[in-house]
Amino acid sequence: MEQTAEVQDREDSLKGVGCSRKRKEDARFVQGTGRYTDDFKFPGMLFADMVRSPYAHARIKSINKEKALALPGVHAVLTADDLKPLNLHWMPTLAGDVQAVLADEKVHFQYQEVAVVIADDRYIAADAIELVEVEYEELEVLVDAHRAMDSDAPVLREDLVGKMDGAHSKRVHDNHIFNWQAGDKEATDRVFEQAEVTVKQDMYYPRVHPCPMETCGCVASFDKINEHLTVHITSQAPHVVRTVVSMLSGIPESKIRIISPDIGGGFGNKVGIYPGYVVSIVASIVLGVPVKWVEDRMENISTTAFARDYHMTGEIAADKEGRIKALRVNVLADHGAFDACADPSKFPAGLMHICTGSYDVPVAHLNVDGVYTNKAPGGVAYRCSFRVTEAVYVIERTMDVLAQKLGIDKAELRRRNFVKVEQFPYKTCLGWELDSGDYHTALEKVLNAVDYDALRKEQQEKRAQGELMGIGLCTFTEIVGAGPSRNCDILGVGMFDSAEIRVHPTGSVMARMGTITQGQGHQTTYAQIIASELGISSDEISIEEGDTDTAPYGLGTYGSRSTPVGGAATAVAARKIRAKAQKIAAHLLEVSENDLEWEVDRFKVKGVPGQEKTMKEVAWAAYNNVPEGMEPGLEAVDYYDPPNFTYPFGIYLCVLDIDKRTGETTVRRFYALDDCGTRINPMIIEGQIHGGLTEGFAVAMGQEMPFDEQGNLLGNTLMDYFVPTFVETPHWETDYTVTPSPHHPLGAKGVAESPHVGSIPCFTSAIVDAFAHLDVTHMDMPHSAWRVWQKVHELGLDTPA
Amino acid sequence: MAKQHVSFNLNGKQVDALVEPRELLVHTIRETLSLTGTHIGCESSHCGACTVDLDGKSVKSCTVLSMQADGSELKTVEGLADAEGLHAVQQAFIQEHGLQCGFCTPGMLIRAYRFLQENPNPTEEEIRWGMSGNLCRCTGYQNIVKAVQTAAQTLQQA
Repeated sequence: MEQTAEVQDREDSLKGVGCSRKRKEDARFVQGTGRYTDDFKFPGMLFADMVRSPYAHARIKSINKEKALALPGVHAVLTADDLKPLNLHWMPTLAGDVQAVLADEKVHFQYQEVAVVIADDRYIAADAIELVEVEYEELEVLVDAHRAMDSDAPVLREDLVGKMDGAHSKRVHDNHIFNWQAGDKEATDRVFEQAEVTVKQDMYYPRVHPCPMETCGCVASFDKINEHLTVHITSQAPHVVRTVVSMLSGIPESKIRIISPDIGGGFGNKVGIYPGYVVSIVASIVLGVPVKWVEDRMENISTTAFARDYHMTGEIAADKEGRIKALRVNVLADHGAFDACADPSKFPAGLMHICTGSYDVPVAHLNVDGVYTNKAPGGVAYRCSFRVTEAVYVIERTMDVLAQKLGIDKAELRRRNFVKVEQFPYKTCLGWELDSGDYHTALEKVLNAVDYDALRKEQQEKRAQGELMGIGLCTFTEIVGAGPSRNCDILGVGMFDSAEIRVHPTGSVMARMGTITQGQGHQTTYAQIIASELGISSDEISIEEGDTDTAPYGLGTYGSRSTPVGGAATAVAARKIRAKAQKIAAHLLEVSENDLEWEVDRFKVKGVPGQEKTMKEVAWAAYNNVPEGMEPGLEAVDYYDPPNFTYPFGIYLCVLDIDKRTGETTVRRFYALDDCGTRINPMIIEGQIHGGLTEGFAVAMGQEMPFDEQGNLLGNTLMDYFVPTFVETPHWETDYTVTPSPHHPLGAKGVAESPHVGSIPCFTSAIVDAFAHLDVTHMDMPHSAWRVWQKVHELGLDTPA
Repeated sequence: MAKQHVSFNLNGKQVDALVEPRELLVHTIRETLSLTGTHIGCESSHCGACTVDLDGKSVKSCTVLSMQADGSELKTVEGLADAEGLHAVQQAFIQEHGLQCGFCTPGMLIRAYRFLQENPNPTEEEIRWGMSGNLCRCTGYQNIVKAVQTAAQTLQQA
């Protein structure tokens, strides 16, 4: 017993996997000594600011820079014509399209970058952009995606006229980007023709913006003497930025250093390559001094990376008991003026074909058409894995509609259709292999925790009194950790990730990864993984990311890929080190490797108490006493190409009350059960879930980017764009089950995006549920008081009986 | 534009600066005085990342002219810790996992520092209203509320 307690003490002192270790990052952040992009200041640094278009669609007749150039402190004003000789006036997007860096003859969306001013400071730059005179000729504007492929629709992309071979398919209209399909259309249609029951629901997932606290920006510093470029940048994928900058500029990657310093939240907003980055780099190369560009909040919401904007139709064919026989999903995707979606190259609709959800669906068909409109480009994964948010929304909403049509409780309908625990690994009819799951257990846990039957009874009573109470349910499966390089790449680079671990002679560790934290706490959690693998306290392990000169190449952090891919690389690299350490330990103890066993932090000779070497002793020996023929040192690198995605899942339940007089909603209870497999740091997991739920709440209840008929964006400040405060944000209850991933070295699956993905349909489910007894089957987001009140009013519920 | 001389007490030290009449306090603090803990999130008083303590009040320094701070007592996040170590609000934010990306944190801390002097023993609802001028996108606020409660307890016991 004594020995067990001693071993346990040693294990606890590692603060490894499973420990709610306090974060290493916090000490600098609470003292204001974090270093974010805008905090970097270099001698001679100039500031860039953008002249932007007031129109959504217009021809540029002339640009007059003279007055701006005459302003003292202005160094340059650049337009597309200035970038043309460098062939940098257009740039490739991650989606196989091109995007104007500065508007070339035409503007395609409001706030598009037309010219850039470089000046001594941000005040002078701001003055100067007002002095740049641009003459426009307005053109007919296309706002409504449903009109994009009409025969009389204005043609947006004149550069593509006649080029009917798109990056992903034939284009059938000048405003068409691609058609993309998955599944068996004919077989699906046949099932629908013969089905006992079918339901069909149109729904719109509004255009929203990730809106991190820190906007996007960079400082480009070109050293003319050494022809070396350093860029401090708000990027979730610094290594990809280095590759793209090299391809665009012709500067060898070895002479480009990209540094993602502390990042003030990303949520997908900081994956793309934006015109502001490109022009800052060009300006620094031309002027030979550092150039800083930092967008303001309006520029952020208006131009850098919207998300969603999917017009979807979900259809289910089922039998009378509600067993799903087929699923059909149709999507019209509004990609804005340039297709700049950040998806793995082969998937123009991201991972939308995970839309069969948590259910055993025999056959399905997904059809997606992408179109151009006069809106900003983007289509990023806002706290989600490449359109999984849209996929979960369409299946969960359509399931609710089916439940309502059949008069089956929505929890019971899910029970009948869940993939059963014994069916894993489960191949979906749209081509994924769900690695693991136990949906039934998780559902029952949640229903019991909230006393679902009592809630339904209370709802009956409330309805009898004319009150509106809604119970929402979402039983989702995510697909994260992109991804296997056989089907996932960005610009041709496989979506592996990497870790490099060095054990120093005295047994402390420095490790670097190809990912980059933006609040997820990588400096804390990666160290925990290494601690458990190597038996060295996480307090003695330093983690570094984001500097392409020192970190191994990786694809970055988005789509919940850090733990599934970077975390796996970390575990495998650590195991390589332990394998070498075992050989050294055997040499020191003069036994065969196979005679050793591992215990927490040391190798022990089996059956011989006291004969042991700790990892620290081995580390020292690695630098002075290794077996003959072995190279000294103790370090390893791993580039991990995952065999599959991971599939975290969750069961969310929401209870809310609606005030009939005002349409205001009060979220009474929100219960979130997540299963992310092995839990590395429960404290951080819970924090990530709180944040994801709050961002989901924001999307469901208030976020939207509305446009008028002229393509004017009507909500691009924090006055108009809904970011919940302390006051609106509900209280969150969290719970978990643990179903480890069978293919991940630690069994971990990723977690931070699940709460965003899963909560949004849960809120809609609850809102609609409040009106379900009045035959309402769906209401589009956002469920703001005004919109909910309109429904109340339409149903005549606000007039006294 | 001719620069003007301003002088104020910043984190316990008297400082002088030359500022443009139109210069915003957040820029003077960050650019001229090189204290970059105070952040810019929206430049329109909504997000609170730039919150500083000005003469005993929480203000958003992105919408205060530096000239208005002439002769004032200013405190930024850099002035919270002292020779004894971190301030109770800083410790509580670490303890309760009240931060993630850290960008809103300086503003949150400097607001919490003032709020707990205005209301040393707040209820959860009072905390939520009292801190509602500061936005956070990462935490969902729940752990920040806990952190303010923890800091309140520590400060009461001190």
